[in-house]
Amino acid sequence: MHNDIEFRSVTKNYGAVTAVSDVDLQVPKGAFLALLGPSGCGKTTCLRMIGGFEQPTSGTVLISGREMNGIAPYRRPVNMVFQHYALFPHLNVEQNVGYGLKQMRPRIEASEIARKVALALEMVRLGGFAQRRVHELSGGQQQRVALARAIVNKPAVLLLDEPLAALDRKLRTAMQIELQTLQRELGITFVLVTHDQEEALSMADLVCVMNTGSIRQLGTPQEVYDRPTDLFVADFVGKTNRVTAMLEADGRTLRLADGSALNVGERRGLAAGDAILAIRPEAIRVDRHAKPGATGFQGTVTNRIFLGSTAEYSVAVPGLGDFLITSDRRNLHESELVEPGQTVFLGFDPTTAHLFPVSSTA
Amino acid sequence: MAVSAENKRRLVTAALVGPAAVWLFTFLVLPFTAVVIFAFGERAPEGGYQPAFTLAQFANLGARSAAFTNTLTLAPIGALACLLIAYPVAYYLAIKADQKYRMFLISLIVIPFWTSMLVRTYAWMYLLGARGIPHLFELAGIDDVRLLNTPGAVLLGIVYGYLPLMILPIYVSLEKLDRRLLDASADLGATPLSTFFGVTLPLSLPGVMTGVALVTILLLGEYLIPQLLGGGKVFFIGNALVDLFLQSRNWPFGSAIAVTLVVVVVAVLLVAMRIAWRVSGSRQVDLI
Repeated sequence: MHNDIEFRSVTKNYGAVTAVSDVDLQVPKGAFLALLGPSGCGKTTCLRMIGGFEQPTSGTVLISGREMNGIAPYRRPVNMVFQHYALFPHLNVEQNVGYGLKQMRPRIEASEIARKVALALEMVRLGGFAQRRVHELSGGQQQRVALARAIVNKPAVLLLDEPLAALDRKLRTAMQIELQTLQRELGITFVLVTHDQEEALSMADLVCVMNTGSIRQLGTPQEVYDRPTDLFVADFVGKTNRVTAMLEADGRTLRLADGSALNVGERRGLAAGDAILAIRPEAIRVDRHAKPGATGFQGTVTNRIFLGSTAEYSVAVPGLGDFLITSDRRNLHESELVEPGQTVFLGFDPTTAHLFPVSSTA
Repeated sequence: MAVSAENKRRLVTAALVGPAAVWLFTFLVLPFTAVVIFAFGERAPEGGYQPAFTLAQFANLGARSAAFTNTLTLAPIGALACLLIAYPVAYYLAIKADQKYRMFLISLIVIPFWTSMLVRTYAWMYLLGARGIPHLFELAGIDDVRLLNTPGAVLLGIVYGYLPLMILPIYVSLEKLDRRLLDASADLGATPLSTFFGVTLPLSLPGVMTGVALVTILLLGEYLIPQLLGGGKVFFIGNALVDLFLQSRNWPFGSAIAVTLVVVVVAVLLVAMRIAWRVSGSRQVDLI
């Protein structure tokens, strides 16, 4: 299977600033890739290099196996949904969507353009909106026009630059499902740029976590969430409780800041020394009392946020700091919720918790 | 008695609009009404105005057809020439020029405004006169080059004087053009040329129309440039008016010409606004 997009040691500098640093990336045909990272991590620059709006300082970008260096945006088989949609204000919905088709050479007949535009508008459920002016549309409708304007050209790759950022929560969730459905129907490669980990995990089938210009981890959403390769990924994708510790020479005893020790099991590839234990909020159980033989910490509940089906606790553990715990209500054996001020036991399985060397701190 | 909110708002409105309304009424509406009344009157035997109701003045407009012809050809041609030169300049300033130098370059365009138009036009009089450029041609052995007092000289003066008024509105409309639209156009397969004609030009049309309307309207009433650079040969309506009011003291005929000019200006304005609305798809087009 060939790759739709390939980066070969791509670097992009802006003056003295390195935006993207020696990135290698392969995106298989038909994948839904999310470039995920904080602002300034280089994800948008990567997207713009695929679109042709930026040229790599060194390295090569390939689309469908063809080298793209020096090739202008209008000669590339990709289309982009821009962050704030960038719809043409002087054209109506139909003219916006038909803009790309009108540029094609040899020319496409007007009737054929009209047919394709109608089809694309139908696909994004904007059937009756062809004659509307862009500024008469809501944010969600503009978003769908931008989508139709891109997919009507049947690009090999669809680029999406924070496409849902300007929508309210409910609309965003609906659009996430629509985008997924659309991607399956069209079968073309989607590349999504987002800083929202939830968006990346829920839509993409391949997540590329970036920071400071390089790729930190590339994997399926489950891999990235369950097996983060470093502390940055663990922190950025989902929430994490960090515990500063030291791994002793036997490779399985972890000495914590408060002097206590945990048996973290056999850890391959991790040298003895300073380390950070990272525990997901949902991997911790809140109990009133320690179960016999359970591993964990004693602490005091300082805050509780009730979220309906779940509850979030802040628990202060002497000598180790504050912990964030997400508790599914079914997991609470006690009939009532734990109240702030109460002493609780935080139980977790140290052998499945993530352990990172301190050097991977980002 | 308490002032109701409604009355209070009316008072504030009156206070805000009042001064301007009084000014406009006294110095625009009243004089213009007088001009309209004069236009239907007759010239008193010793000059000035004598009451009557006749269309004779309007019927006589043909007597000054040269002024109308000159004005109605040179004003639009001048505006067009300004546009053709101004657009690339504005485009360069707004889109291509380095941000660092932009304000400096714009100030270069604006600074000549600080000198009197009269002085600058006088300078051209000397440049185009017998001791100026024609003299250089003479030295090169080419005799009888006449530049001053030709339509070309008037056109040159017009372009020179009015270019900034054309550049600035076009610059403003190009400057606020969303650059992402240019990216979007390129992304959709449009070549730079198609992008220019499909996106940049239509979206800068409000600025173009503002510039064209502004320059055309001012040119229709132009007096100084034809007076100095056109001599007695290339004269505008403005020159005819001065002549009629101050020399031959034919106020009714002058008024008829003035009224006709106003009608033409309003017509130009309306047409320009219509075009700008249609093309840009928005009613937010300011012409003045």
